[in-house]
Amino acid sequence: MISINPLSLHLFGNLARQAVLCVGCVLFSHALFAAWEGQVGGEGRFYFEDPLDAKQHTNENLSFYVQPEYRHRWNGGKSSFTFVGFGRLDQNDEERSHVDIRELSWDTSYDNWDVRIGLRKVFWGVTEFQHLVDIINQTDLVDNIDTEDKLGQPMINVAAVQDWGTVDFFVMPYFRERNYAGVKGRLRNQPFVSDSEVRYESDDEEKHVDYALRYSHYFGDWDVGLSYFKGTDRSPDLIDDVDANNQPISVAYYELIDQIGVDLQVTKEHVLWKLEGIYRDSAVESYTAAGGGFEYTLPDNGSSTMDVSLLSEYHADSRGENSRTFDQDIGFGVRFGLHDAKSTAILMGFVYDLNNNGYIFSIESSQRIADNWTLVFDARFFEGQRVGDSGYDVSQDDHIEITLSHYF
Amino acid sequence: MKKISCEFLLLSALFVFPVMSTYAESPEEKGLRLTVAENTFNKGWQDFKANLTLTLRNKQGEENIFTMRMLTKEVEADGDKSIIVFDSPGDIRGTALLSHTHTLSADDQWLYLSSIKRIKRISSNNKSGPFLGSEFAYEDLTSPETEKYTYRWLREEVVDGRTLDVIEQFPSYKYSGYTRLVKWLDQDYKQPVKVEFYDRKDRHLKTLASTEFVEYLDKYWYPSMMFMTNHQTGKNTQLEWQNYQFKNGFTDNDFNRNALKRLR
Repeated sequence: MISINPLSLHLFGNLARQAVLCVGCVLFSHALFAAWEGQVGGEGRFYFEDPLDAKQHTNENLSFYVQPEYRHRWNGGKSSFTFVGFGRLDQNDEERSHVDIRELSWDTSYDNWDVRIGLRKVFWGVTEFQHLVDIINQTDLVDNIDTEDKLGQPMINVAAVQDWGTVDFFVMPYFRERNYAGVKGRLRNQPFVSDSEVRYESDDEEKHVDYALRYSHYFGDWDVGLSYFKGTDRSPDLIDDVDANNQPISVAYYELIDQIGVDLQVTKEHVLWKLEGIYRDSAVESYTAAGGGFEYTLPDNGSSTMDVSLLSEYHADSRGENSRTFDQDIGFGVRFGLHDAKSTAILMGFVYDLNNNGYIFSIESSQRIADNWTLVFDARFFEGQRVGDSGYDVSQDDHIEITLSHYF
Repeated sequence: MKKISCEFLLLSALFVFPVMSTYAESPEEKGLRLTVAENTFNKGWQDFKANLTLTLRNKQGEENIFTMRMLTKEVEADGDKSIIVFDSPGDIRGTALLSHTHTLSADDQWLYLSSIKRIKRISSNNKSGPFLGSEFAYEDLTSPETEKYTYRWLREEVVDGRTLDVIEQFPSYKYSGYTRLVKWLDQDYKQPVKVEFYDRKDRHLKTLASTEFVEYLDKYWYPSMMFMTNHQTGKNTQLEWQNYQFKNGFTDNDFNRNALKRLR
């Protein structure tokens, strides 16, 4: 039950000690120039139906999080130290109660070189409904199932910044396991993914050293990225098994892969055209996956201050239904940006699985309700008829979520 | 010799100037000439950085305050390159906007969302939209390139002892939110001290008043305070410029996508 992964120690004993130690060190060394900032927040989730598995918690859940941040710059802004911590306390799911170091990084930039060492977060890609090319960081799936939250990745990153583009080279000496909701958690796999048993293809397990290379640049209105990754796959295969008490569990199995990725965006007057594609090769299988579409912003009529954008993307995977997600899916979205003093924004999204009729419908809205306070309202609805259909595992987990955050 | 040249100059003045006035520069030519002179005069500062405070006020007197930093670099024979980094309020802290403005083609813009480390190329066409919900539109804040408008000189006015040229300008940009602007160009500052904006139905929409001019680098006069009033909504926005620093030695590498990641 207790993860031994030193980077994601579970609440509370180790967390408290580590946090106090870490915060104490940084505070002490920079007491005079302290520049702490960050955010704290509370989240309430309300589910409409009883869970699929009786072991999962009932229909209300409360959760609190804190994200302390510390930044220090010197050398005329050419060197920087960054610390971003994260901790969450969840009412029901002990796996969702967790801490992480999102960033702990020392960065220096020279004339045509940037060197960045430490735990960092890197994003690659252009599409909205799925991030195929993005592979450096492990997803923090317990925080949010939208896969936008990431665990800090230990790395050495050297970027060569030239007139003809930027080449990034990454060496990643330590792998982070994906964290999954616990047995009592909602929005989880069926059966739940065990965190006491994890399997790796590599005998080095999480100590396998991964490498990545990326070229990115823009040519007129074309933004182009080419990437190569060699190492432990961030998204595991989930294998059905039983635990010591003969209860069904899913076990994460991490393969070694080679992945080539391409991402492309063409920015025209009112339309952004987007494409991402990968080719992935492992000992078990090789496959390609791609997704693309557009984001169209309605021409301004001169009287309204609101932006309305329409999004649509199609995603496909050569493995067909053997792919866990986005085997042949189409997504639609509408985004309203009110451009008011409160930065009100609303995004509605619908993803439909053409192979098995599962779908996800979501509404997200956010607003600054006072200086340094924001309120986010999310609603998500899932549909999946049969075991194995996308959406089935969470088909009883339709919910609304309200998050109040304070920035300091 | 010296006497002769003086006489020659005097003669030239007597003969040439009347010829010029007979040639009669049209109001359009004069508006263009003065704007070209304004923009030419205001080049050569190389680069600057400054802190900005944007204060939004609605009819009820409620305030919303945004703080940000701006870095700008001049580009030879093209529009400037600039980055705006937001410092507060907290939810947009670290968000940055990179712009490569162009005199003839559409600007290139990238938005950096620091919380998810994502750089997104955005279309620069919706320039008429409000900047952070303020009374400033994006197009009000881009660098004043001569080619973006056509001009017409209206008259000369003297206000508080300062001589101003009143020039009407018409956006060439088809998605502009305005039919025309009227600017009061200070002959000494070579900067507009007031601008009136007329919406697509040619109704008076907004007025910008710039005050507290300070001279930098012994040449350039920049306002420390800009005040935009929306006459149709009753809202106003104050934009305060502080800590101007020139000639920081910025290079193109300080204004590319990679640079967005190290500004927080």
